[in-house]
Amino acid sequence: MAATAAAHAGKDMGAILKDCALAGLLGLAIFAPIIGLKTASAPGGLILEQRWGTVFIAAGIVFAGRLALHLLFWSRVDRAKVKAGAPSRLAAKLEPLIPFIGVTMLLAAVILPWLPSTDRYILDLGILVLTYVMLGWGLNIVVGLAGLLDLGYVAFYAVGAYSYALLSTRYFPMWMPEFLMPWAFWICLPVAGLLAACWGVVLGFPVLRLRGDYLAIVTLAFGEIIRVILQNWYTFTGGPNGISGIPRPSFFGIEFTREENGFASVFGLDYTSMHRIIFLYYVILLLALITNFVTMRLRRLPIGRAWEALREDEIACRSLGINTVSTKLTAFAIGAMFAGFAGSFFATRQGFVSPESFVFMESALVLAIVVLGGLGSQIGVVIAAVVMIGGFEMFRNLDFLKNIFGNDFDPGQIRMLIFGLAMVLIMIWRPRGLMTRRDPTIFLKEKKAVSGDLVAEGQG
Amino acid sequence: MEYFLQQLINGVTLGSIYGLIAIGYTLVYGIIGMINFAHGDIFMIGAFIALIVIVALGLSAVTGFGLLILALILVLVIAMVFAGVYSWTLERVAYRPLRGSFRLAPLISAIGMSITLQEYARISQDARPKPLQPIVSGGFKVAERINEAGSFVVSLSYIQIIIVATTLILMTIFTLLITHTSLGRAQRACEQDMKMASLLGIDVDRTISITFVMGAALAAVAGLMFLLYYGVIDFYIGFLAGVKAFTAAVLGGIGSLPGAMLGGLVIGLIEVFWSAYFSVEYKDVAAFSMLAMVLIFLPQGILGKPEVEKV
Repeated sequence: MAATAAAHAGKDMGAILKDCALAGLLGLAIFAPIIGLKTASAPGGLILEQRWGTVFIAAGIVFAGRLALHLLFWSRVDRAKVKAGAPSRLAAKLEPLIPFIGVTMLLAAVILPWLPSTDRYILDLGILVLTYVMLGWGLNIVVGLAGLLDLGYVAFYAVGAYSYALLSTRYFPMWMPEFLMPWAFWICLPVAGLLAACWGVVLGFPVLRLRGDYLAIVTLAFGEIIRVILQNWYTFTGGPNGISGIPRPSFFGIEFTREENGFASVFGLDYTSMHRIIFLYYVILLLALITNFVTMRLRRLPIGRAWEALREDEIACRSLGINTVSTKLTAFAIGAMFAGFAGSFFATRQGFVSPESFVFMESALVLAIVVLGGLGSQIGVVIAAVVMIGGFEMFRNLDFLKNIFGNDFDPGQIRMLIFGLAMVLIMIWRPRGLMTRRDPTIFLKEKKAVSGDLVAEGQG
Repeated sequence: MEYFLQQLINGVTLGSIYGLIAIGYTLVYGIIGMINFAHGDIFMIGAFIALIVIVALGLSAVTGFGLLILALILVLVIAMVFAGVYSWTLERVAYRPLRGSFRLAPLISAIGMSITLQEYARISQDARPKPLQPIVSGGFKVAERINEAGSFVVSLSYIQIIIVATTLILMTIFTLLITHTSLGRAQRACEQDMKMASLLGIDVDRTISITFVMGAALAAVAGLMFLLYYGVIDFYIGFLAGVKAFTAAVLGGIGSLPGAMLGGLVIGLIEVFWSAYFSVEYKDVAAFSMLAMVLIFLPQGILGKPEVEKV
């Protein structure tokens, strides 16, 4: 890229315009058939609707975008001067601030429910973001620390959700004494995590020998297998209809109801439905913090160091006598366990689970959060989750776009398109994610800053 | 026996389609060692372009046979060209800037591109499945069984013949292209050692671009065949077909052209026989389990070379 930047800088305006015109023409050729001619159902078969105006607008955007790139970005000569391998400027600037940012974010997260401007919508959004933060942190163990690319992470999320759903609706009423029922969530949570961890080992074991892309595609296959089974095993999982009527969590045995022994009466409060939302918010905050805490502690244990070593060089690890089998399996199992916790929480919050919630796109989203945040960076995951999930929500509120593109335009429709493009663009702009620093957890005498770009990635 | 024969015919047809897509994976993986995750979606785009051209030409079952064949060849060429343009742009925009970057970057960029293409098709063509009236109908009766339970006719439809014949012709052309032309030599050289190839005057960027275009052209052929065979497409067909075709490519031995075809046939047969004798609902599970088992027990594939681990 640096070389092209220098080359572009020397070009005159005519060459730039020619290049942009070519890009525009290419855009025209690309958009003409698919956007220009829309197949629509009509009596007696399909007909074509013509929309050439949109094609020209889209091609025009390509032209303008290319021109903007030429003039604003590729012409800057100083880009070539950035020393290759140095920690990125953003990361370098943020580095001393990281503990501060972390504490601020934590405080903000804790006081969020008590802010006067916080309504139910904000809290629901907060719960969603925290769920993804937790999933991101869990996946970070597998991808960021151990360097194993897992595209089927959502399978463990599904295992956790279905474990809780099945246990609480079907099996606990059979097995458990009545008085324990309000505690169902707190009993199921560890069970769901344990089951998910078992599945992590079961699915992790056969793929240990695989490396890189092959591992990714096999985990994707496993994720899809679990989803297809959930969808078709009617007698056990309810098939596409899923499982509904999952009990809501209780405040350590006290239900959030209007009744005499409900949460509001016991604590002498006026009953509102917000109590449960606030409680759920704190539960997921706590679960996410536990995930973070465990990860940070594990990184200091031999197993955590082995993960990081494995990520950097598997062959060197084996030569040094690290048991790669058990190292990889623990990474899989612990990552899966946190996904199981998150899934369990998801089930109790929704009150309903169905296979539709566990499609490949969810895995891609969590992976995107981890990768965009910067592999192995805990704070990066938080920032990426807030940006992505918050950004998704923003698309719902972009109604002013309707004034520009007409009433047929639904901003919610294009959010996945933007998501896909953002994944590509961020990979091009900053392949190592936003926070690219990879600090070794252990060091000799003094801590040396090592950029992720300098370190060979693990071949796991 | 008749039932078995019918499933065999169906399996070979489906396998041809998978094989055509698999070639795209195998060529690209062979040269730059990345899974082109968006390849399945190029197949989907190819199918959509074929559908649009067919509707634009007003083809239907009443079109005369000679004219129909000519028109289908025209559709095929247009779909191949446009899919090639898509794939060229895809490589240029999403993969080339990441060449030499860290290992996960191209794969993640490819996943992003796959989502982008799917959404692009969904938004511009809407999410409803697009049915196409059968254009080519009829076929031969291969065998017939009549007993007290009724009669069972084993048929070989014209469309199945077209699919298998087209696949065989294209396979021959592409194999010759790779084994006997300077372009193919350049591709094989890049596959062995990209740096050395560029030192010896091969334009590596151009070779890689052409590889993407070739794979996309074959995927577009598969798209047209899929459209004619099943008569309905939607924006999501690329994901499943892509994963299965990738399985085929790995099974046959990644980097090997005949291997991709062979793998496609095996996957097609497994899927059809599984649906016929076990359960239709779990046919995708069969394909995915096959993928896992092949990668675990036979990672070099049937016709591939074993990979040597180097420090």
